[in-house]
Amino acid sequence: MANTDVSARNAGELNRLFLQELRLVPEWEKIKVCIQCGTCTASCPTSWAMDIKPREIMGLFRAGRLDKVLRSNSVWICASCYSCTVRCPSGVKVSDVMYALRAIGMKHGLLPKGEKYPALAQAFAKVVDKYGRNAESELLARFYLRSDPLGLCKQLWLGLRLFRRGRLALLPKGIRGRDDIHKMMAELEREDRG
Amino acid sequence: MKEYTYYPGCTGEASGRACDISARNVAQTLGVDLIELPDWNCCGATTYLSMDAGRAMALSARNLALAESQGRDLVAICSGCFSMLSKANHRMADHGEMRGKITRALGAVGLEYHGTTRVRHLLDVFVNDVGEGAIRDSVAKDLKGLRVAAYYGCQLSRPKGMFDDPEFPTSLDRILSWLGAEPVWYPVKAKCCGGMLMTSQSKVCERLVGKLLSVAVEAGAECIATICPLCQINLEGYQKRISKVFGTHLDIPVFYFTQLMGVAMGMGEKELHLSENLTPSEAIAARC
Repeated sequence: MANTDVSARNAGELNRLFLQELRLVPEWEKIKVCIQCGTCTASCPTSWAMDIKPREIMGLFRAGRLDKVLRSNSVWICASCYSCTVRCPSGVKVSDVMYALRAIGMKHGLLPKGEKYPALAQAFAKVVDKYGRNAESELLARFYLRSDPLGLCKQLWLGLRLFRRGRLALLPKGIRGRDDIHKMMAELEREDRG
Repeated sequence: MKEYTYYPGCTGEASGRACDISARNVAQTLGVDLIELPDWNCCGATTYLSMDAGRAMALSARNLALAESQGRDLVAICSGCFSMLSKANHRMADHGEMRGKITRALGAVGLEYHGTTRVRHLLDVFVNDVGEGAIRDSVAKDLKGLRVAAYYGCQLSRPKGMFDDPEFPTSLDRILSWLGAEPVWYPVKAKCCGGMLMTSQSKVCERLVGKLLSVAVEAGAECIATICPLCQINLEGYQKRISKVFGTHLDIPVFYFTQLMGVAMGMGEKELHLSENLTPSEAIAARC
């Protein structure tokens, strides 16, 4: 029983963190008026691959069990196509709910095993923070070497075809305002900590 | 010449180079002067937004602030950039807490943003500012009934439907018909290509792209036109692998829309970089 209490308390804490994140979305309160109609799940092009479907995610939020959601692959399978958002009859911004869940997963290390997107996002942020722009070759090299060496082999053929056509920029282009990017990111980090 | 501030986006500098080059050339011909935003930075993309909304919005807002001082509309050629820049704009306008975050981040580097930059996609500029008459007049080599699937993907018109219908956009179909092409009935035109999932969840993404390609083929399309460099590479880069999954043979050319516009305007390799496409697009261009 004690274990259940602890997990329930953690799950409650998770709801609080989630709402803190979701507050950055306009009309975030609409999540409270989800009518569980399932339009989001039915409109989603990738819900067939999700362990927990979008409608169930809204229900689990209400039940205070976001821990279950974050242990599943669901939020990482969302492709941000906004079909759910434009169709939701209650005006829930489902895609932004997914972003908020991904962000708390990343910030608090609550990530499903084997999911590769978080490493991709981290590599992306590293590259953008460094140069001010994305450098595709460096991003993919960082990501594949760290998380998916086998995937790198699969991608080499495409890489070669792109390279032959001059579509692979090997050297990153840094912007002049790189320092400004660093300062802006540092300012927001300071704010988060404070 | 009408002037716009131009945001090529990171992809436009690398794998989407042909999109950027053809966009600049076609715009020039249509009297649209795309003046590159000096020292622009990454918009943040869905990837950064998945980690931290504040930082992603601040990245986009730096571009909006730089563009504001130029005083012209800011034009993107990638749906991801268009979507992120627009999102930052909307958050500035309608969300106090996020506005505060963005303002403080910009303030740390002596920038200010007052929310007046209008974000556009190049497709919007062509359809609504340039319009039918000028586009028809620019045609030097009619596309002769070329059957094209006009593919829009997600982030151009969703979530806000800023210049076209969120679920059934028609802007690109209209442009293609002005060029003499015949847009096919393509009911999946605003369905998702999976975007970055091709990297992290390739099996899921292959199913999405496979559907987009096979519906185009079934509709009798000879090629597909896209309005986003990431959609373009997702649709053309994996056709062999997807053919294996679907047990079929997919080999359909995928153009960035300004490449097809350029073909109709009589432009060649130098202006359109068709040889950089991974699918056999040059044969289609030669036929027109």
